[in-house]
Amino acid sequence: MMISTLANPHKFMAFSRWATPVLGILGAALIGGGLWLGLAAPPDYQQGETVRIMFVHVPAAWVSMLAYACLGGASFVSLVFRHALADAAAKAVAPIGATFTGMALVTGSLWGRPMWGAWWVWGDARLVSVLVLLLLFLGYMALRASIDDEAKAARAAEILALAGLINLPVVKFSVNWWNTLHQGESIMRTGGPTLAPVYLTPLLLVGAGYSLSFGALWLMRTRGEVWRRRAASLTLQAALT
Amino acid sequence: MTTCPLDMGRYAAFVWPAYGVSAVGFAWMIVDTALRALRARRSVERLEAERRARESGS
Repeated sequence: MMISTLANPHKFMAFSRWATPVLGILGAALIGGGLWLGLAAPPDYQQGETVRIMFVHVPAAWVSMLAYACLGGASFVSLVFRHALADAAAKAVAPIGATFTGMALVTGSLWGRPMWGAWWVWGDARLVSVLVLLLLFLGYMALRASIDDEAKAARAAEILALAGLINLPVVKFSVNWWNTLHQGESIMRTGGPTLAPVYLTPLLLVGAGYSLSFGALWLMRTRGEVWRRRAASLTLQAALT
Repeated sequence: MTTCPLDMGRYAAFVWPAYGVSAVGFAWMIVDTALRALRARRSVERLEAERRARESGS
């Protein structure tokens, strides 16, 4: 119901006008509160102070997967139902997803160096599958930019985005399917989280804050894309009159 | 034993760059997204004003 209502561009613009600042402010408050608790938590008995990298690394990794799922969903709706707003939303989410994925990779590398003694391990399935996720985002953006006909560019990029969805379960289950240097699941696992509450609470707060901030950024970028298309349409109308 | 919550000890060279990269990532996303939206909105407003002027002139 909500999605079908927002499929109308006018209703989307009216909704996103107030939802963007609300999500942004809530997201910033949750991130601030979570990081405050995270920095106040005691150092881990094994990882010492490096455990605090978790509060920015793990939420970025969660949101990078969420962003790709959104890219895949929007691409599917655009490809199957030829919905212009879904295409605008897909185009808008790619650079945001790429940035969160880049943040996850860099912060992970900064965590890996003191813990594993290596910035990067090519044999680690989790690391490589997240790098593939970044390449999928970048490939989607490059494909859209490389074809002049916007409709053809959208179709080609949407097919790439849908094919890339296969990488999401690989990222998620890579630590179960292969022996990896990356630690196994400690939050979203059967049997409950293994993380101590003193770390779990700030992590969940920052994770919720990252997710809401992602929502605000996606809405704002989609609004910008709707305006850009409106400007292109008005320019064309002016040229024809 | 660390006393100040912001003292990361010998791991400061890894912890603070991780927070810095995250802050820069967010700052870039916010500024780039807001500027793109603002530019596109201003283009629409200018083009709509020009269209109204043309329609009232014809």
